[in-house]
Amino acid sequence: MPRTLYDKIIDAHTVCPLDDSGQLLLYVDRTILNEYTSPQAFSGLREAGRTVWNPSAALMVVDHVNPTASHRTAEVADREAAGQIAYFRENAHDFGIELFDILDPRQGIEHVVAPEQGLVMPGMVVAAGDSHTTAYGALGALGFGIGTSDIEHYLATQTLVYRRLKTLRVVVDGDLAPGVTPKDLVMEIIRRIGADGATGYAVEFAGPAIAAMSVEGRMTVCTMIVEAGARGAVIAADEKVLAYIQGRPRAPKGLLWDQAAQAWLALKTDDDAVFDREVHLAAQDVAPMVTWGTSPDQAAVITAHVPAPDSEADPSRRAALSRALDYMGLAPGAPLDGIAIDHAFIGSCTNARIEDLRDAARVLRGRRVAAGVRAIIVPGSTQVRAQAEREGLDRVFTAAGFEWRQSGCSMCLAMNDDVLKPGDRCASSTNRNFEGRQGKGARSHLMSPAMVAAAAVAGRLADVREFTPFEEVV
Amino acid sequence: MQPFIRVTGPAAPFPQPNVDTDVIMPKQFLKGVDRKGLDRGVFFDLRFGADGQTRPDFILNRPGWEGARFLVVGPNFGCGSSREHAVWGLAQLGIRALIGTSFAGIFNDNCHRNGILTVTLPATLVEDLMARVRRPDANGLTIDLPEQAITVDTDGLTIPFAIDAVRKDALVQGLDGVSATLARHAAAIRAFEGGHRQANPWFF
Ligand code: SF4
Repeated sequence: MPRTLYDKIIDAHTVCPLDDSGQLLLYVDRTILNEYTSPQAFSGLREAGRTVWNPSAALMVVDHVNPTASHRTAEVADREAAGQIAYFRENAHDFGIELFDILDPRQGIEHVVAPEQGLVMPGMVVAAGDSHTTAYGALGALGFGIGTSDIEHYLATQTLVYRRLKTLRVVVDGDLAPGVTPKDLVMEIIRRIGADGATGYAVEFAGPAIAAMSVEGRMTVCTMIVEAGARGAVIAADEKVLAYIQGRPRAPKGLLWDQAAQAWLALKTDDDAVFDREVHLAAQDVAPMVTWGTSPDQAAVITAHVPAPDSEADPSRRAALSRALDYMGLAPGAPLDGIAIDHAFIGSCTNARIEDLRDAARVLRGRRVAAGVRAIIVPGSTQVRAQAEREGLDRVFTAAGFEWRQSGCSMCLAMNDDVLKPGDRCASSTNRNFEGRQGKGARSHLMSPAMVAAAAVAGRLADVREFTPFEEVV
Repeated sequence: MQPFIRVTGPAAPFPQPNVDTDVIMPKQFLKGVDRKGLDRGVFFDLRFGADGQTRPDFILNRPGWEGARFLVVGPNFGCGSSREHAVWGLAQLGIRALIGTSFAGIFNDNCHRNGILTVTLPATLVEDLMARVRRPDANGLTIDLPEQAITVDTDGLTIPFAIDAVRKDALVQGLDGVSATLARHAAAIRAFEGGHRQANPWFF
């Protein structure tokens, strides 16, 4: 029977079925651990006197709570964060797992670091204690987020009790227009299908626009589709993926590389496989997007207006919309590109890779951040930071008035000291605009890194297409 | 894990769609290395005012719903971050089951690993239950997991529900998942791993 890529990966990792309703014991190839979702998993192992099944299949990275001030120190001032990092180090040591600590040149946001090191390969299953583990779909792997109990289960058994998902294929035809990025595409998909539109599904992205997209662009799409509820995303590996992986520190080499590359290119959905659901989009219909609400599906094209609650027929959704506008301090009918901002943030696993920084730099070159706007850039990893410095991008950013920071999750979830104050309004290249996400009472507008750069310069949400002569760039 | 067999108690309505785990457990409660004290963090910004006083208008602070054992929730409850702290906090607050039309995937798994039952029902049934539990004199429910049924205490209305056999078994017995897997499947995992390594030597 013809099968989807998702089903092939699950079949190849099934140790045994557990019942006849789709629950199975799934073998997992890798995990990446962070300091805030892993501590209780290690405590569980300690209490039961258990060891880790295969320590070499895990990597530990400090990313969520560390400061990102440009001068780095191994110790952090915040007492609770320091406690988490100390316990993290102790666990790495006691259980024999490799750790990228704060001062390691390979440190960064876990979803940026793992691909960068060549730790993620097509056909793998990667499960980790962070919902955005879906990022690895861009490399032809199945990645998905798990909670702490499942981290403990994985560490002790190399497996998870897993329920097979339904499959959804998102086919994107045509080409993205100049100034329109993979972030805009995934925001448009989420807007169309809703914040629960992919709940219960594994999503496969396909079509000419995906084939034309860089591997980093695909990572943006696969990372953010979790905001539509997807519990996994995959894109079949192609030559671009091979080129991305080859030569990375943990990638196979020599004869093993040749064998792997051949196997990876063959791993794709069969031509006549049937998906449970399909969604089709024309890439040329996508335009630069911004969110106006407190759920990632509350988004619109930058040239649109804040919607009115009466436009929503369903009563609980209407109430949610009113509440969102109230929290966001926005009036129905106001033009989106007139919304003034106080902060601009470029960072996160969704949009802080080198291509994202190049995109932002293109807008910022020769321009200045508007008076009254505080703008910061937090590269996705220490390696990304070093690469940007080799290209001179850091000088473009600082000349424009952006702060050039060290790597970490930073203001994506504001668990370190990068926190907004109540009422602050931020143009942000991150993935979640939930209430309080970037600080209690803070207002987040999600968009692409280039759109954040444009907003920083304009001092309000702005259409990036008015900022850069894109013909000269391509 | 506390077994779930037959639980009786008040249910509270929570109709908002897309309630995310940042709202269920705000980030200031995520900085510990243990699971303690998370009951205080649940819905923190909704339950408590800026002065730290409980907000009398919040559903779980209102007479008749304080001590709720169940929540009847809007669609996509528990979306967003994977933080299991949200579920530990709900369990510590005494919540034993959530009833709704859809739950976010990671959150749903986290619930079942911690003895909280999630029941997925069609929208019409959830709306019906929501309307009933909005009345403090009619919000008592009994959930019988072995029988797979929810009963409204005041009028005896009984709603059957479906659940995966593996999940039901683990909840009813209060099983520790790691022990169960190691006891039953350790040899199978080793055998699988040998074959997997041969087929994909580059993964190891
Ligand atoms: S950057 Fe944001 S979304 Fe990504 S792993 Fe960090 S906190 Fe999570």
